[in-house]
Amino acid sequence: MKLKLASLALGALMAAAAPALADLTIPALNYRTGPYAPSGIPYADGFSDYMTLINERDGGVGGERINVLECETAYNTEKGVECYEQTKGEGALVYIPQSTGITYQLIPKASADQIPIWSVAYGRTSAVNGKVFEWVFNLPVTYWDGASVAVKYAMEQEGGSLEGKKIALVYHNSAYGKEPIRTLEALSEKHGFELVLLPVDHPGQEQKAQWLQIRRERPDFVFMWGWGVMNQVAIQEAANIRYPMDKFIGVWWSGSEADVVPVGEGADGYKSLTFHGAGTDFPALQEIKTQVIDAGKGAGDGTKWGEVGYNKGVYTAAVVAEAIRHAQEMAGTASITPVQFRDAMETLEVTDEEFEALGLGGFAPAISLSCESHSSPRLAAVQQWDAEAGTWTLVSDYMEPDFEIVDPLIEEDSMAYADENGIELRCD
Amino acid sequence: MFYREAGDFKTSYIDDGQTFPIRFDRYRFYAVLAVAFLVVPFIVGDYTANAILLPFLIYAIAAIGLNILTGYCGQVSLGTGGFMAVGAYACYKLMTAFPEVSIFIHVILSGGVTAAVGVLFGLPSLRIKGFYLAVATLAAQFFLVWLFNRVPWFYNYSASGQISAPEREVFGVAVTGPHTEAWATYLFCLVFCLGTGLVARNLTRGTLGRSWMAIRDMDIAAEIIGVNPLRAKLTAFAVSSFFVGIAGALFFAVYLGAVEVGEVFGIQKSFLVLFMIIIGGLGSIFGSFAGAAFLVLLPVILKLVGVNLLGFPTDIVAHFQLIIVGSLIILFLVLEPHGIARLWNVTREKLRLWPFPH
Repeated sequence: MKLKLASLALGALMAAAAPALADLTIPALNYRTGPYAPSGIPYADGFSDYMTLINERDGGVGGERINVLECETAYNTEKGVECYEQTKGEGALVYIPQSTGITYQLIPKASADQIPIWSVAYGRTSAVNGKVFEWVFNLPVTYWDGASVAVKYAMEQEGGSLEGKKIALVYHNSAYGKEPIRTLEALSEKHGFELVLLPVDHPGQEQKAQWLQIRRERPDFVFMWGWGVMNQVAIQEAANIRYPMDKFIGVWWSGSEADVVPVGEGADGYKSLTFHGAGTDFPALQEIKTQVIDAGKGAGDGTKWGEVGYNKGVYTAAVVAEAIRHAQEMAGTASITPVQFRDAMETLEVTDEEFEALGLGGFAPAISLSCESHSSPRLAAVQQWDAEAGTWTLVSDYMEPDFEIVDPLIEEDSMAYADENGIELRCD
Repeated sequence: MFYREAGDFKTSYIDDGQTFPIRFDRYRFYAVLAVAFLVVPFIVGDYTANAILLPFLIYAIAAIGLNILTGYCGQVSLGTGGFMAVGAYACYKLMTAFPEVSIFIHVILSGGVTAAVGVLFGLPSLRIKGFYLAVATLAAQFFLVWLFNRVPWFYNYSASGQISAPEREVFGVAVTGPHTEAWATYLFCLVFCLGTGLVARNLTRGTLGRSWMAIRDMDIAAEIIGVNPLRAKLTAFAVSSFFVGIAGALFFAVYLGAVEVGEVFGIQKSFLVLFMIIIGGLGSIFGSFAGAAFLVLLPVILKLVGVNLLGFPTDIVAHFQLIIVGSLIILFLVLEPHGIARLWNVTREKLRLWPFPH
């Protein structure tokens, strides 16, 4: 008991001793350890490096330096909650949970504490409905949009019809992986394809049974909602059974270098969805290379620079920085509060020209948010892996999802949430 | 000087049979209770409650539960995570089906449901022992997690397969849901922790506890002297699962608020609780608390020291955490195989003789 009390006192003391910083604080709930680290590290590096660039080159945003507060979650919800509690007292402007599980956990908590959450194309899809989810944003695109775009792309490949075709969904058996199922079911009814669901349990190293089934059922397309080590294993298994790679489409979290490189030649032609550009051919990325990584100020060892995951981190950081700038303009003060940040997010517009000015021209489609719609532009493209050149290239335009299917589902799910939690609708 | 029984006279059997017969021990216990109930609630903040106190209290309940089964009755179980999941899902179904009933009752009922499930999975223990029983409980772990993932009825057909706790109140103060105060959740868990601790302590000192220990030490001998192994083993499974179920319900409803079964109640949870009782001390209630404190607090303290005080990168600290906690576990088991509880007893003996060591 004494031991317990002494350690409690120690813990409390240290929590109190944590420094309070006056800068604009953005907690980064990263995971550089655990089975999801291959996906987590590039993102974490990209996010921090872009913020370092902003601090080094421009002295922060509006004269306020940005303090990226890293907290290691290992993609574990308990650690995520701990990170949230630890960082929220330090003036956190916005939470980017980096995990659908942690997002679900934080939605009620952060809404009660009045801190915005931005789940970057993950998390709860129905949070798009700003009438219900005042504090949650899910841009630029959602899983339901992604599922619909994937089907649309498959339909184009098949010459306009999926009647009588078979699509298998290999998914991480968690809240994340289950997200697209409802949309795919609705779409299979509409387009008349058969949907085969193949769950893979955490962490996803064991998939023999699922791919055996794919070999037997011979689906025309395989979609994948995978993450971390599960992606590599799935692509390897697909290569082993000689599944045609150009019929194998992953979500945006299943399409980075870490997923395809270990498979080597076998991964050639593998496709995935994406919501931002690939490669390093953007001025901002070149500046990060010269001013951050080469200057020895990078968050990681610099090897992840320009990877898909890294670019996602850059994209996220760029939009956050834009939102801060917008919030400062709206509030007329440089040191903004989470509430002001939320108000700015809700009216955020990032045009193509503004992306161009950031050194990210053509990197991602323009964004325009509103009170009703907490997601924009809701577009996704398909990229393909070239194993020989070691590059991803976009093979389609940015495509719109089937709003006729997705929007009623969003309405239904968000209204159910509003009823359950007694939330009054906003934006009227 | 401390822990002396000299001059501490007992005049009735009730006095003689109390939990803490030594006066100093008793007052120390009351002092801890007083601090826990009267001081901590006033100073506790969100971070201390959610990152340290709640997990500690809840894991302590789970560790007491497992300690009854493994430490007192000698039945190795790797199904703790699965049984905690039963508690959590039972609590969720009860909370959503009967919103007008107090959450207090729901948590206890979830313990009851878990006890029933525990007895069911305890039946094989009548035929198999040791490692084979461990494998049977491992099957329970995987089966239960699979079941909660597979059957949508358990998560009320939500799209994501997650369960999330709606807001519920005790005496008009919210203890679940997002609008909770740190002190309220802390006190709610503390009451359960104290209750289970007292019940467990008294059960293990009574007839039932003695029959469990007889089975643990040598089941054939116990059977010969008249202990009914069916009754002893199944009650151990029932009581143990009851506590573990309460821990699971609190873990879901009060601590996390939203749960995904595969991630939160996976096999690693079973191992974590097992490590707690091994490090804390098998067959000791205090050991359950000490083990829970050790495994909950140590990573947090290492993280705070590493990241906040020394400013190391978070991933290095996370890796160090694994190395340090791992090596401390080995060190502990080498130096004191009977766990922290035994260490505490030795200290107490030393204190009893102090300042005259011989």
